[in-house]
Amino acid sequence: MNLTLKVWRQKNKNDQGRFETYQVQDISSEMSFLEMFDVLNERLINEGKEPIAFDHDCREGICGMCSMHINGRAHGPWAGTTTCQLHMRAFKDGDTITVEPWRASAFPVLKDLTVDRGAFDRIIEAGGYISVNTGNAVDANAIPIPKDKADAAFAAAACIGCGACVAACKNSSAMLFVSAKVSQLALLPQGDPERSTRALNMVAQMDKEGFGSCTNTGACEAECPKEISLTNIARLNREFIRSGFTYEK
Amino acid sequence: MLDAKIPAGPLDKKWENYKGHCKLVNPANKRSLEVIIVGTGLAGASAAASLGELGYKVKAFCFQDSPRRAHSIAAQGGINAAKNYQNDGDSVYRLFYDTVKGGDYRAREANVHRLAEVSGNIIDQCVAQGVPFAREYGGLLSNRSFGGTQVQRTFYAAGQTGQQLLLGAYSALERQVALGNVTLYNRHEMLEIVKIDGKARGIIARDLITGKLERHFGHAVLLASGGYGNVFFLSTNAMGSNVTAAWKATRKGAFFGNPCYTQIHPTCIPVSGDHQSKLTLMSESLRNDGRIWVPKKKDDNRKPADIPEDERDYYLERRYPAFGNLVPRDVASRAAKERCDAGYGVGSSKQAVYLDYAAAIERYGKIEAGKRGVHSPSPELVRQLGVEVVAEKYGNLFEMYEKITGENPYEVPMRIYPAVHYTMGGLWVDYELMTTVPGLYALGEANFSDHGANRLGASALMQGLADGYFVIPYTIGNYLADEIRTKAIPTDHPAFVEAEQQVKANIDRLMSIKGTKSVDSFHRRLGKIMWDKCGMARNEKGLKEAIEEIKALRAEFWKDVRIPGTADEFNPELEKAGRVADFLELGELMCIDALNRRESCGGHFREESQTEEGEALRDDANFAYVAAWEYKGDSSYELHKEPLIFEEAKPTQRSYK
Repeated sequence: MNLTLKVWRQKNKNDQGRFETYQVQDISSEMSFLEMFDVLNERLINEGKEPIAFDHDCREGICGMCSMHINGRAHGPWAGTTTCQLHMRAFKDGDTITVEPWRASAFPVLKDLTVDRGAFDRIIEAGGYISVNTGNAVDANAIPIPKDKADAAFAAAACIGCGACVAACKNSSAMLFVSAKVSQLALLPQGDPERSTRALNMVAQMDKEGFGSCTNTGACEAECPKEISLTNIARLNREFIRSGFTYEK
Repeated sequence: MLDAKIPAGPLDKKWENYKGHCKLVNPANKRSLEVIIVGTGLAGASAAASLGELGYKVKAFCFQDSPRRAHSIAAQGGINAAKNYQNDGDSVYRLFYDTVKGGDYRAREANVHRLAEVSGNIIDQCVAQGVPFAREYGGLLSNRSFGGTQVQRTFYAAGQTGQQLLLGAYSALERQVALGNVTLYNRHEMLEIVKIDGKARGIIARDLITGKLERHFGHAVLLASGGYGNVFFLSTNAMGSNVTAAWKATRKGAFFGNPCYTQIHPTCIPVSGDHQSKLTLMSESLRNDGRIWVPKKKDDNRKPADIPEDERDYYLERRYPAFGNLVPRDVASRAAKERCDAGYGVGSSKQAVYLDYAAAIERYGKIEAGKRGVHSPSPELVRQLGVEVVAEKYGNLFEMYEKITGENPYEVPMRIYPAVHYTMGGLWVDYELMTTVPGLYALGEANFSDHGANRLGASALMQGLADGYFVIPYTIGNYLADEIRTKAIPTDHPAFVEAEQQVKANIDRLMSIKGTKSVDSFHRRLGKIMWDKCGMARNEKGLKEAIEEIKALRAEFWKDVRIPGTADEFNPELEKAGRVADFLELGELMCIDALNRRESCGGHFREESQTEEGEALRDDANFAYVAAWEYKGDSSYELHKEPLIFEEAKPTQRSYK
């Protein structure tokens, strides 16, 4: 198939940036979206032009590195799918596809479609862990955990930290990301000792990074490639309020 | 002769004795000792977290935008541990024995035994961190089977075990970052080792966003930079996975062990066209329940559902009745290749076999119906219940398959074919994980040590975390205890200046070529040479040809590669070019090693050395050694041999029949 691509080009953080239009020919429906970009980049290199910079690594939907806003949707048209797993079957001959980087002031653009998501690491640093040094663990089966709790914790832990939730949100809120980690650890007995400080500190860091507030619109859940549930945000709200009432400094 | 520094004493007491007698560093001295760690996958992140907890000053480097992206994240099936929670006869000894045998008697016994000893601690540690492993209704941990074993010792979190383990290690790492014990350098690539008076004392790294070269001092340097499967271009590795850190170390005097040992994983989604950029693994855990088959008739173009049961060849069950579909990876891969080469392959390319879940869906469906008291369930109900069970166990894998192929694997059997997945070879290390350069260590897939010539499924995660959480915290102290009087060396030392100049000269040389062909085009061509001549089957003629072809390709690369942009900006093409340049050297060494090893063992199959039934035929009299190669300049390597002595697991013809 032949397609028209409108791609955001921006030389660096300080450049204003603009859309460039490219025609791509003979794209197979079996290609992944990123392989289509590989084809375009190969051509740009052969023409002596600068290829388009974009983040990608595992190309199997788990590392969370790829991050394209495609036709106004984070990771494109397929539900529960990262950009790297989106295949060209999703498009038809003659389509025009607009590709942008994640848009959020907390995710500054580094170049073209590549953004800086360091804010997510700093939120984890604020409390997204259980403080247990290597060698301090009891036998793994010493603490039975009900299967439904373990399954719910796993469902929250499946977050890949790609930032689609932020990109999809009209407020650029990071609540789904933060709530996934808070939920995972709040659902497990191991996470209990730090339950209060975790919710307070992670939310404080989220605010400090410049993410917007949550208005429960649910775009994050709709666009999340791992289909992390909005109920995690409800749980984060409960954790946060509970901590505010009960935590004594 | 290479000294592996294996502690004296009986095999099962070596590690205990070592821990009891190795040197220690007191807490005050730890604070002034700096450790550099390259790579933040399971081995790197767990080492960074553990050494940070101990009080060392750690600097951790990764080329990705966050340590959580390291390719350990993509490991699917599980992690082995000798917990014997299933009461099915498992023990430390069994795990040790299975691993040595699975590696076709080409691993070092003492390392493997230590790995088995600490395996249980890993599961404990991960659970304590909040890793949500799969559990049974009683709240206890669940296990499943993997290839090459007859017990259930694999712990898992659906098909995302690597993700959950890495996020556990990553969170421990980030906690140390918050506490100020670890400094993180993301989007940084290590491009040189700095040696002073023969010891590793730091690295030169490139800030990938600004292009700036940086000098970093460390009393010790740990490489946890993963494997080199991407030398084949198409592999299940991430696009950025590379050999550069390990290769720079090789050029600085670290020996490279067993480079020809590569693992071709039997169950991957087949190549669909020339545009393909990578291959996707379908977890080995699928062989727990899936059955592998091809039609009995050549060039059978019927739909799989139209081929009756008695016209199907379940070739693994036929050839290996004792292990069936759960034979080790090397055996399963060769068997698939054999059927396809003989003309029984399926799909449009004929380079695929079926992995079929119909029988498992029916079996689980009947069990579920029974649990619910439905005694003569309809086929529809059986199917519905069976699909639910299979979806819970493998749902994400099935979805991934459907996204890539457009086919629903609950209804049509998956088409699979072997693909490059893991490299057992890597930097040669002694018992303490130190390379032949003092103060330079290699952990995880980056070293050669524990898997011999073939790694068993669910053992990579085990080894990465064993090295990082439970081995290096002891062994590094034994070295650093003698370094407490070494003050941090200022990075204006001539060795740092020279190393940086070398890196800069190399980058300038790449940028100045201004040729006509893209980096990827060279990488693809290298990959094709490696796959055709140093892949699943190798022979003398092919390997000799490959060596000449790689040399020619390398010369062409340095004359004609085109790298757009400049070196002082974010330039992914320049990053790739540096990595491919290193692959073009490593690929030659892999062929040299494969040519030298005139036996078949594990993943290394020399066509000249096979049994009458086509199984790998080892030559213990001549090749029971680790081949450690010393870099001697362009295309020149000297072989050093570490003899392998088996005190406990006596080598036999490996049989899974």
